[in-house]
Amino acid sequence: MTIVLTINSERHQIDADPSTPLLYVLRDNLKLNAAKFGCGLGQCGACTVLVDREPVFSCLTPISVLDGRRVRTLEGLGIADKPSPLQAAFIKEQAAQCGYCIPGMIMRAQALLEKNASPTQAEIRDHMQTNLCRCGTQMRILRAIDRAAKDMKTADAGTTTGAAR
Amino acid sequence: MTKPFIPPLSRRALLAGGGAVIVSFALMRHGLAQEAPAGPKLPGDLSKTPMLDAWIGIDAQGKITVFTGKAELGQGVKTAFIQCAAEELAVQPSAINLITADTGRTPDEGYTAGSHSMQDSGTAIRNAAAQVRDIMLSLAAAKLSIDAGTLDARDGKVSAKDGRSLGYGELASGQALHVAAQPTSRLTPPDKLKVIGSNLPRVDIPGKVTGAPMYVQDMRPDGMLHARVLRPANYGARLASLSADAARGMPGVVNIVQDGSFVAVVARGEFEAINALNVLSQNAQWSDGPQLPEQAKIYSTLTALPSQDKTILDKGDPAQPGVKRLKATYLRPYQSHGSIGPSCALAIWQDDMMTVWTHSQGVYPLRNAIAKMLSLPSDKVRCIHAEGSGCYGHNAADDVAGDAALIARAMPGTPIRVQWMREDEHGWEPFGPAMQTQVEASIDGQGKLLAWQYDVWSNTHSMRPGGPGNLLAAQYLAQPFQPDPPMPIPQPEGGGDRNAIPLYAIPNARVVSRFIPQMPIRVSALRGLGAYHNIFTTESFMDEMADAAGADPVAFRLAHLEDERARAVVSRAADAFGWTKDKPAAGWGRGFAFARYKNLAAYCAIALELRADRTTGNIELGRVVAAVDSGQAVNPDGIRNQIEGAIVQSSSWTILEEVTFDRTSITSRDWSSYPILRFPSLPQSVEVHIVNRPNAPFLGTGEAAQGPMSAAIGNAFARATGTRIRQLPLSPQRVRATLAT
Amino acid sequence: MLRRILIVVLAIVVLAGGGFLAWAWHDELPAEPRRDASAYDPAVVAKGASLAAIGSCAVCHLAKNSPSFAGGYPVETPFGVIYGSNITPDRDTGIGTWSPAAFRRAMHDGVDREGHHLYPAFPYDHFTGATDTDLDAVYAYLMTREPVRHDVPAPQLTFPLNIRLAAAAWKLLFLRHGEFVPDKSQSPEWQRGAYLAETFGHCSACHSPRNALGAEKRDEKYAGGIAEGWIGPALNAASPAPAPWTAESAFNYLRRGFDRAHGHVAGPMQEVVEHLRQANEGDVRAMATYIASLNGVAAPDAAAKAEQAVKNATSRQWPIPGRETTGSGGSSTTGLDGAAIFAGACATCHHDGGRLPISRPVALGLSSAVNGADPRNLLQIVLGGIHPAPNERGAIMPAFSGTLTDPQIVALADYVREHFSGKPKWNDTGTALEAIRRGKNS
Ligand code: FES
Ligand code: FES
Repeated sequence: MTIVLTINSERHQIDADPSTPLLYVLRDNLKLNAAKFGCGLGQCGACTVLVDREPVFSCLTPISVLDGRRVRTLEGLGIADKPSPLQAAFIKEQAAQCGYCIPGMIMRAQALLEKNASPTQAEIRDHMQTNLCRCGTQMRILRAIDRAAKDMKTADAGTTTGAAR
Repeated sequence: MTKPFIPPLSRRALLAGGGAVIVSFALMRHGLAQEAPAGPKLPGDLSKTPMLDAWIGIDAQGKITVFTGKAELGQGVKTAFIQCAAEELAVQPSAINLITADTGRTPDEGYTAGSHSMQDSGTAIRNAAAQVRDIMLSLAAAKLSIDAGTLDARDGKVSAKDGRSLGYGELASGQALHVAAQPTSRLTPPDKLKVIGSNLPRVDIPGKVTGAPMYVQDMRPDGMLHARVLRPANYGARLASLSADAARGMPGVVNIVQDGSFVAVVARGEFEAINALNVLSQNAQWSDGPQLPEQAKIYSTLTALPSQDKTILDKGDPAQPGVKRLKATYLRPYQSHGSIGPSCALAIWQDDMMTVWTHSQGVYPLRNAIAKMLSLPSDKVRCIHAEGSGCYGHNAADDVAGDAALIARAMPGTPIRVQWMREDEHGWEPFGPAMQTQVEASIDGQGKLLAWQYDVWSNTHSMRPGGPGNLLAAQYLAQPFQPDPPMPIPQPEGGGDRNAIPLYAIPNARVVSRFIPQMPIRVSALRGLGAYHNIFTTESFMDEMADAAGADPVAFRLAHLEDERARAVVSRAADAFGWTKDKPAAGWGRGFAFARYKNLAAYCAIALELRADRTTGNIELGRVVAAVDSGQAVNPDGIRNQIEGAIVQSSSWTILEEVTFDRTSITSRDWSSYPILRFPSLPQSVEVHIVNRPNAPFLGTGEAAQGPMSAAIGNAFARATGTRIRQLPLSPQRVRATLAT
Repeated sequence: MLRRILIVVLAIVVLAGGGFLAWAWHDELPAEPRRDASAYDPAVVAKGASLAAIGSCAVCHLAKNSPSFAGGYPVETPFGVIYGSNITPDRDTGIGTWSPAAFRRAMHDGVDREGHHLYPAFPYDHFTGATDTDLDAVYAYLMTREPVRHDVPAPQLTFPLNIRLAAAAWKLLFLRHGEFVPDKSQSPEWQRGAYLAETFGHCSACHSPRNALGAEKRDEKYAGGIAEGWIGPALNAASPAPAPWTAESAFNYLRRGFDRAHGHVAGPMQEVVEHLRQANEGDVRAMATYIASLNGVAAPDAAAKAEQAVKNATSRQWPIPGRETTGSGGSSTTGLDGAAIFAGACATCHHDGGRLPISRPVALGLSSAVNGADPRNLLQIVLGGIHPAPNERGAIMPAFSGTLTDPQIVALADYVREHFSGKPKWNDTGTALEAIRRGKNS
């Protein structure tokens, strides 16, 4: 069955079983690397992407439910030469060790910053709790989110790529 | 770094590159003449691989390639190696192309483990680079007929004051670098260092935060198929019956590969492979495996097993009663590596050659194990490191590489990607072993430690391949391989007894390492090995002895530390924390701990504060302050990142983690049954202070904070609640039960 | 409507004049100096700890990021928000100045030390049945906790409930004082369980319907109630659980939050279980015995019926994507095919492949959320998921509120109902979902 998906503002015709979780379509069909398989159980957040404005576990999101909805992955935020504010903040804070969890972390944080431009520490920690990091990079991840929130404000959210997309 | 990293699929393609020919030649030479040249020992792993061109290649265009046998595991070594090479070759870091662990190209540096990378490979690369630079200078001096001392090497050129210059590429032609390394090098003096000691941003991070194909999980060569392995219900169970038809008929399924009790399904899509695996598992019957011990009695079960006892420290009479003598037993459960991404590998069997991309910590040992499992000569197997999710020791990386090789051999010409399922990673990886320690010590009339008797019981901490039987799949083949007999890792590094010898000055001391060969639960190396528990024990007990002596814990430690660098780190952490200044707030307790990892790597001291909720049993971590001495700091921010990470990870181990099992199988099979620290439970803040030692040797840092953090938590808990818990983890459940009265 | 009734009631009692005021008036009890923790017998403290756990005191007298018993938890009632008070022995913001008598009076009569009437969100209508000895044990337990200085916000209630006297009026109508007396013809264990469940446990508070003034309907006790937007399922003969409760299964559920014939605990009951874990095991067994008796099924029958229910539920084919065609005649293209959604979003965990031997969820056919007459609990679980308490082992189910649109959630819930319960279709799933969403947004 063919399903039309809008991913990072591009339309794709996907030929797959409608129950296929988005994660495998992103990785197998579209060759996008950012969303990762971590558990497939909705327990770790490594597969987090945005659907409309919400962070979702792509490992448990059947593509059948995405008709007419906007999917964003880490690849849609920015590229190494032109990173989004959050990506830039992660680079500035050197917020990665192995980095496997990082795409999911950034996407979840992106959803937060789009709704709340000045989250408190407690709000960030609370919002991020569905996502696991085993390397222990969390203190830096928190700093990066904090920094991105500040950078996005000083840069005036309207002119930055990530939030405005 | 954003380009796909898939290296050439065959050795032939590889050998087409000019520089690489030289390298392979150098490796071959080394292979033929194993013994290192006589004379003084060469620095780092140059002693094992002495030819300079095995480490550094410069092609005719001047392109520099540096080779390391160590692997990037997320600890940032790539960047640090590049800094070492760039500094001494006097080039920009961006001019260095670094090739990591690959049995077809790089030196054999064993495992990337034990915080050895900077000591072994960083040192080798730095010295090799300095010698190559000097070779460039002397070649240029000869060509220009000018005194080498007047020449300047910079940015890939050697320049004379008169304006003439020669590129490294022109100079390095032919066999110029095919020479053995010298024992001493002209290293850049500390005050001239530009790249070493700077916070060069990690070269891998931009790709990692933008979705570049960075991991073995992201490889997808043309024609690749996805495989999943059907693991038994329990350890040692054998396949009794399997009806594969239902799975075989499912969409996307290409093949079911079976050899004895090893079964794998191969499909076009990953999700199709997973679905077929589920159906396969419904249609498989397994025999029972051996009974597992009762978890509630695991420590008495282990200590009742036969052990090989070795006294590793024997000084004076440790039985002296002194004025006060205390005794305590400490316990540590099986703990999981818990990589966020389950282990993954890609293999292809083509032209009689097996190539495996793996995130194993030891590509050379893995290559040998796979070759033996497949009955191939070892030069018919090539293992190439590709990054995976952080591993923190010997997780399932080698096992899944074995899986991939077995499946690939059944499907010639097809690249096979295998990733483990979450429940298999949690259930089958080799855990960090459960341990028991017992310590008894006395103080004299001056409140100083008089005697110390220490016993540690542990399984082995390394079941790495090794022999093919250390690969999980090999144990289930129709012609199975047995795991190697477990061996203790000898001192001074130690395995179960790593850091069992206290660094403190104690006139009478005995330490006995009790090695238990029998392993009811599959175990191997987990970050820090025995050091985690031995430091937890020693540093907890130091606090107990300090209390017995009525001394402040920091002052008590300093009173027994003779090593100046140890003292400096302890004082730095205490000062930065404000240990002696203010008092903790009501309900909060402070804890301190210190260790020098392996008694020969980095020094690390940690001070922290916490409080415990008696009702929920939850521990709330406040401020954490660490001080670390890693010798010459190559990348201070990299050191900070490692220490911060270890602090958070060790908090998780110490407060939450315990592998669970019933009489038949491991029952902690996912993040719901094996919880790890989530964001809301992180410390309020983590601060790392670096005590830099210019020009001192590099000291491994990756595991240095693991032990001190556990003891600092235990000590702070004891001070916050008035109760000491000597059994890890300090889980909500245990805290509740302990504080119930 | 509610407000009008209340105003009338209040008007009547106020008009009744001095008599009511005299009745409603309570003296301030003298402040007591705080005794040292060592003044309390550890055995009594331990008993108090268990009773406090059974009472789930820490659920309301706790807030995020505040230590246990420091209060601040917002209790949402139909009449406004009340914040759980600070019951640590802090002298300024907690109950550090309370005497045992003051504590007893609060528990029995719903009056604080200063003489103010407490709102019935604090279930003194249950605690009133507790013995003095037991209350003294809870007192000893609380007095030996860490004092925490923590001010709690004032209640935000609508008129006339913002007048504390309204609580007195409520008591006049609904509070029955006196020690709880169990049915003496039952076994001692049952009697113990009944006492605990009816007093400290206050089980019926969530599992019974309430009248317009928020009081439990006595004649419909355990017929099912509402708590925080969730259904407290009926525990009497009307229980929606396909497997009748047995003492064993009720114990598993209350103690471990999981039973193979009932599944995982979810919603507000999850917090109750978190606390029951810390209670005396024998007491929890006793409560389980009592609870299991409420459905009127004789014990041997219940066990056999439960076994049958487990068999029925596990014999049902579970969709595995790719194994069978999903969504026969469904509308996959519009994303409203419940079977396809289930296969992609739920079947990874909710399947019978047996690959998650431990944390694998129970067969959905056994779930009361799927079998109940009202879809609310199933919707709540799909929307918000199931999450263990911080740092605890426990089932994790992710929230699907952002993953699925409302029509998709309705399609999924209806599919699950149809496929797993064998009961008639819900006809109001969409309305129920809207109600939950509204509740959340207000
Ligand atoms: S992979 Fe989706 S939540 Fe873990
Ligand atoms: S950086 Fe390795 S898991 Fe987060």
